[in-house]
Amino acid sequence: MHPVVRWFHQLGSPPYFERFAARWAPIAYIAGLLVMAYGLYGALFVVPADYQQGDSFRILYIHVPSAWMSMAAFALMALYAAIALIWRIKLCEILAMACAPVGAAFTLITLATGSIWGKPMWGTWWDWDPRLTTELILLFLYLGVIGLYNAIDDRRNASRAAGLLAIVGVALLPVIHYSVTWWNSLHQGQTIRLFGQSHMDPSMLPPLWAMVIGTHLWFVGSLLARARADNLRRESGKDWVAKLAEPRA
Amino acid sequence: MSEFEPTHPPLLSARGLAFARNAQPVFGPLDFSVDAGEALLVQGDNGAGKTTLLRVLAGLLHADAGEVSIDGRAATASLRSRAVSYMGHLPALKSDLTALENLDFLCGLHGRRRGQLPGNAMAIVGLAGYEDTLVRQLSAGQKRRLSLARLWLAPSPLWLLDEPYANLDLDGINLVNRMVQAHLRDGGAALLTTHGAYAAPPVRTRMLVLGRAMANA
Amino acid sequence: MIWSAAKALMIRDLRLLWRRRGDALQPALFALLVVVLFALALGGEAQALAKVAAAVLWLAVLLAGLLALDTLFRGDADDGSLEQWLLAPVPLSWLVLVRTFMHWATTALPLLVATPFLAELLHLPHDQLPVLLASLALGTPLLSLLGAVVAALTVGMRRSGILIALLALPLYVPILVFGAGSVAAAAQGLDPVGALLLLGAGLVLALVLAPLAAAAAIRIALD
Repeated sequence: MHPVVRWFHQLGSPPYFERFAARWAPIAYIAGLLVMAYGLYGALFVVPADYQQGDSFRILYIHVPSAWMSMAAFALMALYAAIALIWRIKLCEILAMACAPVGAAFTLITLATGSIWGKPMWGTWWDWDPRLTTELILLFLYLGVIGLYNAIDDRRNASRAAGLLAIVGVALLPVIHYSVTWWNSLHQGQTIRLFGQSHMDPSMLPPLWAMVIGTHLWFVGSLLARARADNLRRESGKDWVAKLAEPRA
Repeated sequence: MSEFEPTHPPLLSARGLAFARNAQPVFGPLDFSVDAGEALLVQGDNGAGKTTLLRVLAGLLHADAGEVSIDGRAATASLRSRAVSYMGHLPALKSDLTALENLDFLCGLHGRRRGQLPGNAMAIVGLAGYEDTLVRQLSAGQKRRLSLARLWLAPSPLWLLDEPYANLDLDGINLVNRMVQAHLRDGGAALLTTHGAYAAPPVRTRMLVLGRAMANA
Repeated sequence: MIWSAAKALMIRDLRLLWRRRGDALQPALFALLVVVLFALALGGEAQALAKVAAAVLWLAVLLAGLLALDTLFRGDADDGSLEQWLLAPVPLSWLVLVRTFMHWATTALPLLVATPFLAELLHLPHDQLPVLLASLALGTPLLSLLGAVVAALTVGMRRSGILIALLALPLYVPILVFGAGSVAAAAQGLDPVGALLLLGAGLVLALVLAPLAAAAAIRIALD
């Protein structure tokens, strides 16, 4: 068997995943933090101020990567859920459910930073801008998945049901975005798009890429840590888990 | 004369069947089979996994290991839907409808055995005269008899009966046994679960004890 | 087999509805109450109400349908009928489709009939009524179908009332937007047909996909 394929199969074994996640989660966290630190330094001190917005545009370096992460996490969650439903792979159920709280947190950060950005720029904490509104609904979809997962007692059924909801959500997300955009044009005419298409000067890009990579690394670390915890909880009756809890000689 | 096609591979067979819930094993691995004209009695204490086993065989639950074959072929949902009739704890009867209306619906859903009508099925189970009674007004034992009438009308050769003697008086217990006997005579097969051996159909019966022991023919 | 099963299910549901025919009016009464509450909260002044009438009516119908969603599968889940549907020789998604249709016919159709009366209470401009009814006629089956998926996901749970609403409402957003939006577009002099066609397209897609998703959800719930 091809070594990569073998590794995938091994990963599905709970004890192996425990060791894998225990090793790689901290590495991902630390790498993410370092890259984000570099990105934030660049964003705050190196990049010149925007000629229109001044210094307050710098929050974009948190807002945009968080927004991308919130959507990527949802797509990944739905992908894991689909694999879990079709092939009944327990690890994918765990990974799908682990995506949800992390993605929800990124969504919250996106909304909060968007709100903070809007206040100095357009004088308002909130606007029913298509992107913010869709992001808000995305938050509700995340909370729905988390809520459904917590409401069902049997863990496997819970993750399968919440996973199906995630798949339905990801299918509807483009429709939701399109509908809100249409609604926005209907009711607000050609008003200011809160975060319009602006072209970024190339000198402003490197910290953005650093933040994007940093948040992705952080996401991986968080995903592995949560999946590890869920894995242990589900397998808690088994011997190998009990052995882990014993004090090392 | 056998009403159902005589089969050479066993009507139902299970190999290495195992089921676990929340990482705790419920039963298995099990190996057993039921031939046409046979009954399999599944015994075990409460919580031994009898109901779970039946639900796995019926296709309501997904086994963690092993396989189930019907008539020698791998049990798919469509094969099960035609070959198996499941009578579980819940009666699947609408309390706002009359007995006959319930049977009409269930026959429309599952199909009906040739030559059998809801009316005479009710007579067989001793509910003649209750056709227009709302199920809400029937006693627990009468509801159980109505479920048996539905079973009688089903066109499936394999019966999976979970605690069929529950809620029944001596008359009812004899009724179940008579029905199983007749069904087996027609070439069908039945799998029944029960707490204890106090009631068993007087037919060629195999035993499967869950809990501590293994299957024995 | 497919048609006889559908016929049997429809007859069963009609009989069940007839036995409890009082309950059939409840969604319409709820919508009426919602309209009354909105009117009271907004001040009852005809001009102000007329401006928001279409939106309030859409919300009243949507919320009434949401409350009625609980009865879609609960009765059959509780008495074991849903299990037998799973074991029947007919596809579960087909039974779900028929059941959802019957549920829509018995809960949403009375709402559609009541809408002109409710519209009068809110002083809806008369030229908006046809568009409103068209959007509801296309939108309510969509709401029922999407709602069926959510109801199926929560069918095993005991205390699922608010959770059903929290799960369904984000999914309802596009339907509400295009539904209420079509009337708003008409009110502004724009052509509502675009939005209505989108609802129609969504309905066609949902007719095929929603029963499949709901059937998968039921299988998970009964597992």
